[in-house]
Amino acid sequence: MSSRDLVLGRLRAALAAGDPAPVEVPRDYRSEGTLDLDRLVERLTDYRAHVHRVPEAAVADTIADILPAGATIVVPPGLPPAWLPSTVTALVDEGLDNGRIGAADGVVTGAAVAVAETGTVVLDGSPDQGRRVLSLLPDRHVCVLRADQVVATVPQALARLSPHRPLTWISGPSATSDIELNRVEGVHGPRNLHIILLL
Amino acid sequence: MTQTFLGMPATAPPGVGHLRGEEPFPVAARRALADSQLRRNVGHATTTIRAKSGAVIGELPDWEHLRAAGSAIKADVLARLPELLEQLEAKVTQAGGVVHWAADANEANRIVTDLVSATGSDRVIKVKSMATQEIGLNEALADAGIEPVETDLAELIVQLGDDRPSHILVPAIHRNRAEIREIFLRAMPGVDPALTDEPAALAAVARRYLRQTFLSTKVAVSGANFAVAETGTLAVVESEGNGRMCLTLPETLITVMGIEKVVPTWRDLEVFLQLLPRASTGERMNPYTSMWTGVTPGDGPQAFHLVLLDNGRSAVLADEVGRQALHCIRCSACLNVCPVYERTGGHAYGSVYPGPIGAVLSPQLTGVADNASLPYASSLCGACYDACPVKINIPELLVHLRDQVPHPRGESVAMAAAAYTMDRPRLYEAAQRAARLSRLAGRRGRGLPPPLNGWTASRDLPDPPAQTFRDWWAER
Ligand code: SF4
Repeated sequence: MSSRDLVLGRLRAALAAGDPAPVEVPRDYRSEGTLDLDRLVERLTDYRAHVHRVPEAAVADTIADILPAGATIVVPPGLPPAWLPSTVTALVDEGLDNGRIGAADGVVTGAAVAVAETGTVVLDGSPDQGRRVLSLLPDRHVCVLRADQVVATVPQALARLSPHRPLTWISGPSATSDIELNRVEGVHGPRNLHIILLL
Repeated sequence: MTQTFLGMPATAPPGVGHLRGEEPFPVAARRALADSQLRRNVGHATTTIRAKSGAVIGELPDWEHLRAAGSAIKADVLARLPELLEQLEAKVTQAGGVVHWAADANEANRIVTDLVSATGSDRVIKVKSMATQEIGLNEALADAGIEPVETDLAELIVQLGDDRPSHILVPAIHRNRAEIREIFLRAMPGVDPALTDEPAALAAVARRYLRQTFLSTKVAVSGANFAVAETGTLAVVESEGNGRMCLTLPETLITVMGIEKVVPTWRDLEVFLQLLPRASTGERMNPYTSMWTGVTPGDGPQAFHLVLLDNGRSAVLADEVGRQALHCIRCSACLNVCPVYERTGGHAYGSVYPGPIGAVLSPQLTGVADNASLPYASSLCGACYDACPVKINIPELLVHLRDQVPHPRGESVAMAAAAYTMDRPRLYEAAQRAARLSRLAGRRGRGLPPPLNGWTASRDLPDPPAQTFRDWWAER
């Protein structure tokens, strides 16, 4: 008998005695909320992300202010070139090795969805967001977000996302609560998170 | 395994893993109580987290609705567990993953060790997983010449300090910043002695220490917080980014998951992603949550193995009252509100699952006889039930399990009476105080007043503690 059959057999035997009744899940929690961009900004800031609200035409200048002149950044292949300032060197990820990604001063990506209530942005690996490793190794992550990508609640975000893409939910910079249960920024992920929210 | 009576639910085997303590709870608790630094560290941490958690739970007007939904989803999962696991297996396989079934800890350890050996790697990076601690995977890997590297900051503190975890969520909760600094200075080569005990500085040291290991290790082992049967999606909830490193950088990813972690639908995540961070770290959302379905070409590990672990869970499922312990999403809220945990810390519980949930889960996984003192490691105050985001009625379970503690002949009546008095604080206090007095008088174990006289004569049952929980509580 395979272990699969053994485990499944045990579970069926465990349930056979009581034959539990089908369970109805009450879904009377809030699935939607009122969209409030100010709330998103407040929640992002509360978890130490830096938020910049600018028109799309000003993205390149904003990034030029965030990253020191001469910095090297990595970018996913589908990032709009107009977002990149001339003050930085951008390496487009067409199979960059981890060493080069880790040595970069920063990474610029788009986003898939953001949740206002929790101050979360979600990346789904689309061409303007790239492979997961891109937004992981550099110490500075600049994420450009369009207002129409923001939803109010977690249920709304899940409804927009595809489970068949690799998803990374990001709420503030890397942090730990492991030292005396205080949230401290900065362990393994990017220690600086900048969100550019387009007006 | 071939000797197993086919199809009968089975408890976790002894001799492997970390579900059984070496001594009864009261004995271990007595030692913990004498450690005032430990009590201060744990007390400080639980007080902090209770305040944070309460504040962010208060922001949600529908918290009680979410709890009800979470509890119902888990009840539904248990009622349909075999079919959901088969569905999960099919979906993971379809997405390019390989699913393995492990009847117990020994088999899970063997599966993982063989998978790692097959890659030729002699090192794995690990992201905190209760399941792999439960089965003693690190010991099994080390026996096979494979070095397991814990990458979670708290696990690293525990591993470098040659220590044991004491909390589900914050395994080094018993260490304060000054102690952590000392451990790092002692165990990490090349750390600047000028290192301060500022948490940010300590975190930065861990970042440097592990970066090269992340980049050069080809196999990772993780646990899972959730697995979606409908889509085959796995989810890991974390803070530091070490989880993302483990789930993204290596060529091979092996995820070990208790079978109760499956949820039916993608939509169900909307409930748990709201419940878990607020109840556990007291955040609106934890810094990072990773979700993946099988293998994504060109992104992340190109080999993915999912190990589905029973190790006693089928036995828990067989108990109609006890099975609700399998709802647990390991948030640790019940630890943080527990007056007993706050005073004893996690080590006293023996098992990797400490606190109120450990007191009901460990004895069920091992069989009550192997953790006979744990169902008594509680004052039945009920705070854990109120705090639990999936509404596990832990006090009810404790009483239920007390009924199952095996007693030598003639003792069960005394035991039932003891349980009765423990459920009624005044009587319990009086009986315990009397027990203590009689012990002071040197008539250890024999001269207790009824109903405890028969109980303490048993070799299986502990001496009454030098101080009762209620006394500790009252003294504070
Ligand atoms: S029993 Fe409930 S409160 Fe305790 S860890 Fe599990 S889910 Fe959290």
